[in-house]
Amino acid sequence: MNWWHINRWQTKKRDADLERELRSDLELEEEEQRDSGISGEEARYAALRAFGNPTLIREQTRAIWSWNWLESLARDLRFSLRTLRRTPGFTVIAVLVMALGIGANVALFTVVRGVLLKPLPFQDPNRLVMLYEADLYEDDTAGFNVVSGGMYAEWKNQNLSYRSLALAQDIRVGLSGSGGQLPEKLNSALFSWDMLRTLGVQPALGRDFTEADDNPAASGTVLLSWGLWKRRFGGDPAILNQTIDLDAQPHTVIGVMPAWFDFPDPSTQLWTPVYHDKPEATMLSFSNHQFRVVGRLKPGVSASQGVADLSIISQRVHNEHLNDPFVFRSAKSRPLLEHIVGEIKKPLYVLLEATCCLLLIACLNVANLLVARAAARRKELAIRTALGGGWLRLIGERLMECLLLSASGGALGLLLALAALQWLMQTRHDMSRIESVHIDGVVAAFTVGVIIICALFSGLIAAFSISDKRILGALHEATRSVGGDSARPTLRKVLLTLEVGLTVILLIGAGLLLKSYERLRSADMGCITQDVISMHLGIPDARYPTSAQRANFYDTLLDRVGALPGVDAAGFVTSVPGQGYGMDWSFSVVEHPPLPQGSGLFALSRWADPKYFRAIGIPILRGRTFDAGKRLDAANEVVISQSFAAQYFPNEDPLGRHLRVRGKDFVIVGIVGDTRYAIGETPRPVQYYPLDAGVETVGTLVIRSSHDLEQFALPVQRIVSEMDPDLPVSDVLTMNQLLGKSTLDQSFNTALLVAFATLSLVLAAVGLFGVDVVHRNATDDRNRHPRRAGRKARTGDAEGVAGWNAARGLGKLVVGTRKPAWKPASCCAICSMGSSRSIRRFMLESPQRCSQWPRSHVSFLHGAHRASIRCKH
Amino acid sequence: MAKQAPQRVGLLQGTLDMLILRTLLYGPAHGHQIGKHIQRTTNEFLQMQHGSLYPALHRLEKRGWVVSKWETAPDRNREFKYYRLTDKGRKQLVTEESQWKQMAEAVARVMWPAREHN
Repeated sequence: MNWWHINRWQTKKRDADLERELRSDLELEEEEQRDSGISGEEARYAALRAFGNPTLIREQTRAIWSWNWLESLARDLRFSLRTLRRTPGFTVIAVLVMALGIGANVALFTVVRGVLLKPLPFQDPNRLVMLYEADLYEDDTAGFNVVSGGMYAEWKNQNLSYRSLALAQDIRVGLSGSGGQLPEKLNSALFSWDMLRTLGVQPALGRDFTEADDNPAASGTVLLSWGLWKRRFGGDPAILNQTIDLDAQPHTVIGVMPAWFDFPDPSTQLWTPVYHDKPEATMLSFSNHQFRVVGRLKPGVSASQGVADLSIISQRVHNEHLNDPFVFRSAKSRPLLEHIVGEIKKPLYVLLEATCCLLLIACLNVANLLVARAAARRKELAIRTALGGGWLRLIGERLMECLLLSASGGALGLLLALAALQWLMQTRHDMSRIESVHIDGVVAAFTVGVIIICALFSGLIAAFSISDKRILGALHEATRSVGGDSARPTLRKVLLTLEVGLTVILLIGAGLLLKSYERLRSADMGCITQDVISMHLGIPDARYPTSAQRANFYDTLLDRVGALPGVDAAGFVTSVPGQGYGMDWSFSVVEHPPLPQGSGLFALSRWADPKYFRAIGIPILRGRTFDAGKRLDAANEVVISQSFAAQYFPNEDPLGRHLRVRGKDFVIVGIVGDTRYAIGETPRPVQYYPLDAGVETVGTLVIRSSHDLEQFALPVQRIVSEMDPDLPVSDVLTMNQLLGKSTLDQSFNTALLVAFATLSLVLAAVGLFGVDVVHRNATDDRNRHPRRAGRKARTGDAEGVAGWNAARGLGKLVVGTRKPAWKPASCCAICSMGSSRSIRRFMLESPQRCSQWPRSHVSFLHGAHRASIRCKH
Repeated sequence: MAKQAPQRVGLLQGTLDMLILRTLLYGPAHGHQIGKHIQRTTNEFLQMQHGSLYPALHRLEKRGWVVSKWETAPDRNREFKYYRLTDKGRKQLVTEESQWKQMAEAVARVMWPAREHN
């Protein structure tokens, strides 16, 4: 700063010096002219003629000394600051508008970069792929199928393309209470022993799994997540080699993973070896598909070569098992990153498009305000041009003004983005890779880039709206109103129309998302969603080895829960509607002729107790529910859903027919209403088997009551802990909460898009209103509407004048009255409606059709583009 | 004013610097004197506006070829800003002079080749 003062002082001194020099020499010249006989005033003029324009000379001489560009930059800066300070209203509006636009973009870019663009934190992540089975039937193009244990083993042993293949599965385990801590249910993952080696990750503490750990004969081992280690075990390194009970099985803690490691899911808290924990039959089966397989390609092998290699193996296995209809024929792969961000990718890009729209609107808005102000400052600019102000200088000043506006907007926007990211981290900690989202150098560079682009964009529009050809006209208008000037109002109207058009597009997009979200939430789940509470519960196989123990546990539990005061009905099921796909079983109908070799039937399957249907309100359409007296091996009844009956028994009565599942025959005793396994899905056929068979051990307790639902959480927990102190009860959710949780993504995206659309509406309104006010202030609109505006002004209703103008402007934009060829806003609306059709398709169809989404958004922006072209014409 | 424009343009870029340096070889002078001297010596051919001298003078000063000082004129009871040639300026003058000579000869050879033949 000291340097600055010295510089200022030197400049002042030099200026005074130059002034004195010029004056003395000019006086001398004047004296000489007088000596040569010219008198008085005439001598002075003659001297000036011989000397030249002192102002210009002063400027040129000063330019010699100044730090040229730096100083002129500083001068432009000072001048712009002064200009902006003189119009605080305009400045504040413009800065806020920019801050909103830039802030939204920076925040979303940060998320997109963190989640989608940053490489995975694994070693050489580009060679990692996620592998799936494919082609169950000849023309099967269904999504990404999980892999069977048997196929994985075949792939692993025979492939030549992968350095390693590793296997993972998400599960939930019960961690027993110890040291005074309650038992709890944790999200966990099964890993094959070489998973961490495949990813290239080391535990932060302790050791990785070894091949010896990963077989049924080994003693149990477990890796803890950093979070669980800190929370549950106080971050004490002595936990290594200690034993903890998982589902009543002892496991030795061999290591703790680094804090950032969250594969395969952000909520995973434990890892155990898969071959140790899973039954051998599952690991050898070719038709029991439940694993995710990660492969690391050998150097020089492409992903498609790898897939071709695996497909040959799959085809051979398929051919060897032609009698099993559920062995896939080939393999499929995609990059691991794509698998991890798969679901979040499209919505993020859509939101980024929306924020780009918002930024465009903000820029147009500021440009608009600047153009309006340029029109208002026409006289000033004309005078400056007349006095020799260079065109480039004027443009430079305008750009500097814009740069100032967008830089302060950007700074404010960065703060907004920070706040938004904070909020996002808190609300969406379930999002994959959310932990890698933070503001870094690249984001800072992006912000600076956006600021410069905004400044250039809005500045150049404004700068080129000043044409210096009509200086004289502008000067002459000193005494008249600017009402006759038509060029800039047209430009402003084009800008405003673009703004309104973009806003309309955003609004329609948001409206559609909102509508389909509402439709999603109001979808009939096939059961009641009010007055029902669900709790997750499971008994460890190890402590309840016989089917009698299991059946007894649930019978007792349901009796005791049903006896609680206020409980209308209680039931148990493996998964309730809205809880996901769950499991499916293949079956055959005993009374039907056998199917040709290689084909089979399968449907969703659930284990339920007899009172479940009543508890959750699934209507029994025909027949009855399970006979509570038939237990264990005698439990041979099955209940099917309506669509199951329609699909597999089209022209016959299913009651009394038999389904054969895993070699056992079940008689169909009832038909119940259809349900949806997930909120956006169409109802699928379901087969319900009796819980009393004592097979299944994990599921959801359902309680129906017309009283306060939350009050049941504690008594149920007490009953469970009385029956088994080591059993955790988790996920206590009312049906509405459960469904709300499963539509979190949709509601989140919808809320954001609605917010952006609202913001852009506000911006467009600011644009309409602000421009009118700025313009009217400067040009005195009363010349145009002497009677109407004058009357308003007389009543002191200044706001009314502005409001009237804004309304009139809006009316003109929408209807396009002035010139018949000018209907851009309606054209925008039509374009957006066109693009909206594809959005609607995206929202209301099943997730498999999600690929429609990006295309719809191309047309989304394309619509805006077309509209803008029409406007220009 | 406009009628003098052609002459000003006619003055080659950098030539003015050389003329000023050459003028100052006679001794210190102020802006007005320098302008008058150049005008007189060229028989009023270079009717430049004196004003155009000042940017040039200040440029020379910034480059260190001349130094300036306020001094009272011997014939008038007033102070003027006198410019004096520095050693660096002298060297510069030699360089510019030789460059100019080469240039003039080169131009002459192109313009009047006949004279060469004679």
